[in-house]
Amino acid sequence: MLLQQIINGLTLGATYALIALGYTMVYGIIQLINFAHGDIYMIGAFIGVAAVAIFHQNFFLTLATAMLACVILGVTIERVAYRPLRRAPRLNLLITTIGVSIFLETFMTVLKGPQPTGFPTVLKNVTLRVGELEFSSIQLVILLVSLVLMVGLQIIIKYTKIGKAMRAASEDYDTASLMGININRVISFTFAIGSALAAAGGVLVGIYFNSVSPYMGVTAGLKAFVAAVLGGIGNIPGAMLGGLLLGLAEVFGVAAGFSTYKDAIAFTLLIIILLVRPTGLLGRPIQRKV
Amino acid sequence: MLEVKEVSVAYGVIEALRNISFTVGKGEIVALIGANGAGKTTTLRTISGLLRAKKGQIFYKGQDITRLPPYKIVELGLTQVPEGRRVFSRMTVLENLEMGGYVLRSRSELKAGLERVFERFPRLAERKYQLAGTLSGGEQQMLAMGRALMSRPELLLLDEPSMGLAPLLVREVFSIIQEINKAGTTILLVEQNAHMALSIAHRAYVLQTGEITLEGPASELAQKPEVRRAYLGE
Repeated sequence: MLLQQIINGLTLGATYALIALGYTMVYGIIQLINFAHGDIYMIGAFIGVAAVAIFHQNFFLTLATAMLACVILGVTIERVAYRPLRRAPRLNLLITTIGVSIFLETFMTVLKGPQPTGFPTVLKNVTLRVGELEFSSIQLVILLVSLVLMVGLQIIIKYTKIGKAMRAASEDYDTASLMGININRVISFTFAIGSALAAAGGVLVGIYFNSVSPYMGVTAGLKAFVAAVLGGIGNIPGAMLGGLLLGLAEVFGVAAGFSTYKDAIAFTLLIIILLVRPTGLLGRPIQRKV
Repeated sequence: MLEVKEVSVAYGVIEALRNISFTVGKGEIVALIGANGAGKTTTLRTISGLLRAKKGQIFYKGQDITRLPPYKIVELGLTQVPEGRRVFSRMTVLENLEMGGYVLRSRSELKAGLERVFERFPRLAERKYQLAGTLSGGEQQMLAMGRALMSRPELLLLDEPSMGLAPLLVREVFSIIQEINKAGTTILLVEQNAHMALSIAHRAYVLQTGEITLEGPASELAQKPEVRRAYLGE
């Protein structure tokens, strides 16, 4: 029973982690909380729905299409809405992200209506039993896909030239540009990766809960943001850890009988973290540069 | 090689540089000395494209670089070692050097660059896989210089290379700067330690509250009473 809950928690947590990574990577480089990030996840889910029809139920093509489309969307949003404000006060940029968020939600509401729609069948839902343990094939796919994506991200960040440039830029923006790193390209790349992961999350959650709606990104986005803060905003392994912990906390909270308060669990955790460890679990103490 | 022409820079309404002009010729070591807050770092940051000149122009090898972004300026062969070393402390020594070689086009150029830097700074080779943040101050300065050399700069800007280093290390750093210059790299050096700077520079400029007040061959400037009083502690 315990193991069962852990699997459920990890499944939910993996999707939070996928979204949380986008928040944390963008924050790491330009110290911006991109409030439109949850809506990229929502758009990813909708594109997934459309892609299922086009690709005749091929799961991987559906996933890849949603990811690719959101890469283009995320990079375009940064280019059009955020980049012109790079030198403006932080608050202007923050408000712009909220504006983009409202735009995307309204756009999808006009296009598809406010009611949630189901996700067309793209994966066979088989219930797998291992001893007492019971989980769906969809859960297994979510866990595997998330794992592959997160390992892939780690490899990019650790070993590729652009990944190293991302780390350099997140540590010291000015010095990174003195190395001949084109910071704008690094920022575009960061938005691209973050958006791809969010889109994957959107498709996976859409399939898991068989529901897609224009406002699905609001709560999921906020919770993923909590996960990123929980792990230490700006810290990539932190976002993964934060997502998984949040998923576990919610599932165990529900199992303990607090299902009415399911959504409150994340924010209670946020308050506790901000009180006890403001820089998050893996966050570094804030260094003030003089 | 470098020509700064009547450049003014302001932070908001506060003017940091007023109409400064100076040149650096190919093969030279030119020192820019002055007290804290005189605008030395602002000058280098403006040349590298991190700050925008409010007025005036900067030419590098005859090309106007005043409005180029920093990465384009590095691609042209003008690299800066920033003040306070600014190594990427959470990256390894090797990764720091790779970042320095970011503009290199091929793997073989990168490898050759690493070999050159390791030859000049054997300590860095020993500490290749160590995080840069765990190096001593002197080693970090070597890393910052090695990192800048990775891009094979023709003009190297050095901002306060002596900052926070023990006297013995300062001497070592300055002799390395001379070696780098002899190997063919032109150098623009910004220093508060006027004594050391003037001892290795060919020519020098004195910067005082955003304006260039004196210029000339370094050995002549070192003899001037006003320089001796203000910057050499006499």
